[in-house]
Amino acid sequence: MEIIRKIESEQMKTDIVPFKVGDTVKVHTRVIEGDKERIQLFSGIVIGRRGTGLNSFFTVRRISYGEGVERVFPLHSPRIAKIEVERQGDVRRAKLNYLRDRKGKQAMAVKEKSI
Amino acid sequence: MAIGLLGKKIGMTRVYDANGKATPVTVIAAEANALIQVKTEEKHGYSAVQVGYDAQKESRLTKPVLGQFKKAGVEPKKLIREIRLPDGQTVPAEVDLSVSQFEAGQFVDVIGRSKGKGFQGVMKRHHFAGQPAAHGSKMHRRNGAIGNRSTPGRVWKNMGMPGHMGDERVTVQNLRIVQVRPEDNVILVCGAVPGANGSYVVVRPAKKKTVNGQAAK
Repeated sequence: MEIIRKIESEQMKTDIVPFKVGDTVKVHTRVIEGDKERIQLFSGIVIGRRGTGLNSFFTVRRISYGEGVERVFPLHSPRIAKIEVERQGDVRRAKLNYLRDRKGKQAMAVKEKSI
Repeated sequence: MAIGLLGKKIGMTRVYDANGKATPVTVIAAEANALIQVKTEEKHGYSAVQVGYDAQKESRLTKPVLGQFKKAGVEPKKLIREIRLPDGQTVPAEVDLSVSQFEAGQFVDVIGRSKGKGFQGVMKRHHFAGQPAAHGSKMHRRNGAIGNRSTPGRVWKNMGMPGHMGDERVTVQNLRIVQVRPEDNVILVCGAVPGANGSYVVVRPAKKKTVNGQAAK
């Protein structure tokens, strides 16, 4: 098992900014088209995190043209160039699946964390 | 040229490549494979190598087995297996039984002993569909009819029936080697491998598939 930990820790990123469920984030993903590479942004609310270590994933939800869109990102994937935290949220749940049932303005309503 | 080796399944994880594609891999540890005997065409009728793996206490072995190790001049091992070479091929003078005989991208077959499932019914064991769960049905997971009438008047061979499942020798063919790590004595193969973590496996070059699409000869 030691060796598995070693293989995983080699691939893990060390420069990930800490973020929590409820935060509004901008995820910079590397998109490879042909032989060109560009950065694509996906911004929204983190509605859940799962897994540990190399197997960590997080789900980002946004409303795009009136339609809810969710993307699951592997936290340590090389395709993720950067994660920016735009706004820290104040939530009491580990998974914000209740946002899926909401409509209109309420759909992205997460209280901001007061510092 | 790769001959094969004995190892231990450590577990599974994932490996990201440069493009960010994740590959599920099984980690196989294969340190200190010892050559016990070389079998040759002239003397034994076929060419193979007898390999030992995993250190064993001398007191746990019988004298005849211990004698085999003494004769080969190697430390006693728990597991002894023979790896046969393709017909017409002779064992090279220098046999490389370390992980570095393989290289990334090469295809291998992995032989292991599958996890024992105990006595299982036909739905799990043979993927039968079963019968209705409700609407008065009292026959939920049973096998149903097993034959015809007076012709043939017997049950066909290989009819799927309940019985012991698992704990048998299983070969998985054509697994790609993702990484070879000589410093850790470990190879990473793409996909799953039979058996529980910690069980022994035999890794040999793929019989059917090689990198350039030609079977190993």
